[in-house]
Amino acid sequence: MKRFKGFVIKEFYHIFRDVRTMAILFGIPIVQLLLFGFVITNEIKDAKIAIFDQSKDNITQKLSQKILSSGYFLLEKNLNNYNEINQSFKEGNIKLVIVFEKDFAKHLEKERKANLQIISDASEPNTANILVNYTIAITNDFLKEINPNAKVPLQIIPEVRMLYNPDLKGVFMFVPGIMAMLLMLISAMMTSISITREKETGTMEVLLVSPLKPIQIIVGKVVPYVFLSFINAVVILILGKFVFGVPINGSILLLLGESVLYILTALSLGIMISTLTKTQQTAMLISMLVLMLPSILLSGFIFPIENMPTPLQFICQIMPPKWFIIIIKNIMLKGVGFAYVWKETLILFGMMVFFILVSVKKFKIRLE
Amino acid sequence: MQEETENIIYVRDLVKKFGNFVANDHLSFEVKKGEIFGFLGANGAGKTTTIRILCGLSSPTSGEIKVAGFDAFKETEKIKRNIGYMSQKFSLYEDLTVTENIRFYGGIYGISRKEIKVRTQILLEKLKFEEVKNTLIKDLPLGWRQKLAFSVAIFHQPKIVFLDEPTGGVDPITRRQFWEMIYEEAHNGMTIFVTTHYMDEAEYCDRISIMVEGKIAALDTPLNLMKEYETKNMEGVFLKLARNIE
Repeated sequence: MKRFKGFVIKEFYHIFRDVRTMAILFGIPIVQLLLFGFVITNEIKDAKIAIFDQSKDNITQKLSQKILSSGYFLLEKNLNNYNEINQSFKEGNIKLVIVFEKDFAKHLEKERKANLQIISDASEPNTANILVNYTIAITNDFLKEINPNAKVPLQIIPEVRMLYNPDLKGVFMFVPGIMAMLLMLISAMMTSISITREKETGTMEVLLVSPLKPIQIIVGKVVPYVFLSFINAVVILILGKFVFGVPINGSILLLLGESVLYILTALSLGIMISTLTKTQQTAMLISMLVLMLPSILLSGFIFPIENMPTPLQFICQIMPPKWFIIIIKNIMLKGVGFAYVWKETLILFGMMVFFILVSVKKFKIRLE
Repeated sequence: MQEETENIIYVRDLVKKFGNFVANDHLSFEVKKGEIFGFLGANGAGKTTTIRILCGLSSPTSGEIKVAGFDAFKETEKIKRNIGYMSQKFSLYEDLTVTENIRFYGGIYGISRKEIKVRTQILLEKLKFEEVKNTLIKDLPLGWRQKLAFSVAIFHQPKIVFLDEPTGGVDPITRRQFWEMIYEEAHNGMTIFVTTHYMDEAEYCDRISIMVEGKIAALDTPLNLMKEYETKNMEGVFLKLARNIE
């Protein structure tokens, strides 16, 4: 046990003395989280629009006011004829044009009906959709306001509630995703690099010749990373909660427990990679290509798995981050207990056991 | 019993096969206590395989092998406690200081912290390393690292130390100094098992064996070998043996 302690202390020296390791361990998680949280977002803010108001009465003015004060839109310019519409789209920065027909207020009063045209730039289909929907919603709202007692013949007004993420905040999705990605990156890549480094410098040979058992060597190398990854997980959760307001509705203990399981899974994957590779570079490359990209693309982090072609969906099933994301989203957003995530937990656990078994086998073969 | 205490390494008919490939073909030799035993051979002759077996890293296919009195099949753990090992890479942690390296290697052999302190002090004085004791290994010249690597390999006072091409990439003067350290340890009763590519170094050994294609082609004192093969230096012996095979 004393030997083992010395080994772990040595490992901490390695980590704390290497600027790059420290940067990866503590710089990247925070920077990534902030980047993803603030930059990549599918909410629309301050989209530039143009208004072609052919009526210029008090109703169109009020409605324009309401649309512009919603926070989603910013008036770029007022148009004066139809030709300008095409022109302003071509110039590129206008996402939406709202056209009020002539005598808008009059029509509304007399015929109880007026035409409003919404033209959007669908070269970005998602944005276009969202903007159009926002505009319609605001307009409907406005109608109710100016006409509270309207005897509208039999109307069905659907009331939509977005459960668990009522404001459809993108960051709710990103925090679990980032956590899954970063813990995978740190745990798997750092351990595989640190083990292959010992092979490269020849110190692994010396360790193997020593009375230390192979299992002690491996565990000794991994322990510091379990500890540091755990700190990282906590930092991400704290940032998520206090900077981005992502709720933690479920049990914190369960959440941390699941994080530890995921960290261990990633670490055992890292060990497996290191038993298959000889140099730090290969280990790093494999970690990056095999772990990083798929864990972003195929984990359901950014792109919904249900929309992928079937073969890809199968590959998604073997990505550990996929299961972890499901687990933490359930715990954080839905606030469910272990009874609802035991299946996913079991799958992660199974993956960990598999990685460890393969590593042990490979390690023995290498010794032969 | 008498023979066992004298022959610290005892190898009879060591065979190691990898599938159909025979890496070690019925090797037999002994190494005596306090002897400097040179283990020579071209690359791929099977030297590394033998060393790995003797160090308890790999198990032999068949044969009778005893290292420091322990069986290479069953008692590899005990063998590991009684040997030291140094490779051509010098195997120190570059981002640790001199004392940290010593403390780490002492620690994994289970030496108590107090004992490590005492021995470290003696070692630093002996190597005249007191001024660099808190220097990182990567800031030390190669020759210094080599000396330290050797001292660390024998820090737990093993009965045998295996040196796998310990002088690779080091200038002749440093090599000479290094061999002085080896002589001193051998004089104190430690057995030295060394592989090398430098034929002049082979002449420093008490006895040498030359491996060719998995077999021991020659084994004697350097002087006898030179006589037998009628050459003036070990290089000649080595070349003649290699040619015979071709």
